Amino acid sequence: MNVKPLSPLDLALAASLLVLLGALSWRLQLGLGKQLAIAAARTTVQLLLVGQILRLLFAHVHIGYMLLISMVMLAAAGREVMERQHRSIRGFHGWLIGTGSMFISSFTVTLLALVVIIGKVPWYTPQYAIPLLGMLLGNTMSGVALGMDRMTETLWQQRRIIEQRLLLGQTASQAVADIRRQAIRAGMMPIINSMATAGLVSLPGMMTGQILGGSSPLDAVHYQILIMFLICAGTGFGTVAAILGVERKLFDARHRLRLDALHAAGISADY
Amino acid sequence: MPDLEIEHLCFHNRGPYSLRITSGECVGLQGASGAGKSLLLRAIADLDPRTGRMQLGDINADAVAAPMWRRAVGMLPAESGWWLDLVGDHFANFDTVDADILATVGFDRSVRGWQISRLSTGEKQRLAIVRLLHQQPQCLLLDEPTASLDQELVARVEDLLVTYAKTHFVPVLWVSHDPAQLARVSGRRLCMASDGLLVAAGGPNER
Repeated sequence: MNVKPLSPLDLALAASLLVLLGALSWRLQLGLGKQLAIAAARTTVQLLLVGQILRLLFAHVHIGYMLLISMVMLAAAGREVMERQHRSIRGFHGWLIGTGSMFISSFTVTLLALVVIIGKVPWYTPQYAIPLLGMLLGNTMSGVALGMDRMTETLWQQRRIIEQRLLLGQTASQAVADIRRQAIRAGMMPIINSMATAGLVSLPGMMTGQILGGSSPLDAVHYQILIMFLICAGTGFGTVAAILGVERKLFDARHRLRLDALHAAGISADY
Repeated sequence: MPDLEIEHLCFHNRGPYSLRITSGECVGLQGASGAGKSLLLRAIADLDPRTGRMQLGDINADAVAAPMWRRAVGMLPAESGWWLDLVGDHFANFDTVDADILATVGFDRSVRGWQISRLSTGEKQRLAIVRLLHQQPQCLLLDEPTASLDQELVARVEDLLVTYAKTHFVPVLWVSHDPAQLARVSGRRLCMASDGLLVAAGGPNER
């Protein structure tokens, strides 16, 4: 069984729903019309572009192309992490902490899954490698961004208490232990929650796609379980690495809290 | 008998500061607010990036880990910090807290189970002093230690701190807005001008 191809007319029908929604927004003066139009246009253009790129990649399987595309994905994720920080860490280091921790966790876990678990030949077969890396990066990115934002924001707000603990002779690691724990939890909660409710509340997107594409539900479920575990591991290790990186950057060798390493609030993001 | 020696201490484009406080001596520090008195205490506690040599007795600040230096120099910040639910949780071992010290500042052992969220500013201030002295610092850096206390308690806290310094032979640097207080507790006084310069402000009996 093959997936039924969608014609432009089918998509246009779906788009007409958005036009209706836009009209409603105008009527109720929600001011969402413009944002809606831009977002819909972006999703169309970006996905069509990605489709073309994937078509090319699938036609020309080569490890060089795969490396290139994965680096582009990583760079985009790294930029997104910086944008989601209320008070980001200054300079190259801030970028490196987020991007580096995503790199070590997502790429290692993806590689492990491709080589050891899936075992397709060659291991970089794009039909497997790209969706897998994409899902891992996307979720790790959320965890890293949430965790780092929580860490820097809490350190900023509780600087007086942290310095009091330092004054009493605690090490930086002791003084920041509670905040570190909270930040890592904040980064990991979404994936833990979605593992706990998977299948009950919503069918995960990848599984839905696979079933629509004609796979047997059981095969789809097995892949979904694999993906959930990989995502959870990737997010967890990535978040822990990022939080430890932030901690190293915001305390110096003399156990001083160095908030001067942070940008002022909202410089890199305006939400 | 530790002396506190500060040589060419520079931080935040301030300094160099050099001063020496002998063991058991209390030096008062006054000056307009915003002149940087608290910054000087922070720098001596090594909370801010700085250069220069600092020595307390045979402890050199750069030769030991920063947490150990901070335990030794014992700084009391103007506003104390509390991060757990109960008072007693902030002490390594509340059982060994000196009951006389608790009584002097108006508490007994039951304070151990008090909620931090219910403490007044003055109670926090007095408990912060108990917490600091419990660590047996070899020096005291006091930033407005009696700022939120009423008259009777001010006298008791002054007496407690001066007695601690005398019996343990520790050097004290005492920041206060109140020249009368500094005249009571300190042997000599320094004044920090608004540009951060330190000048001698006279002995105990001058105003």
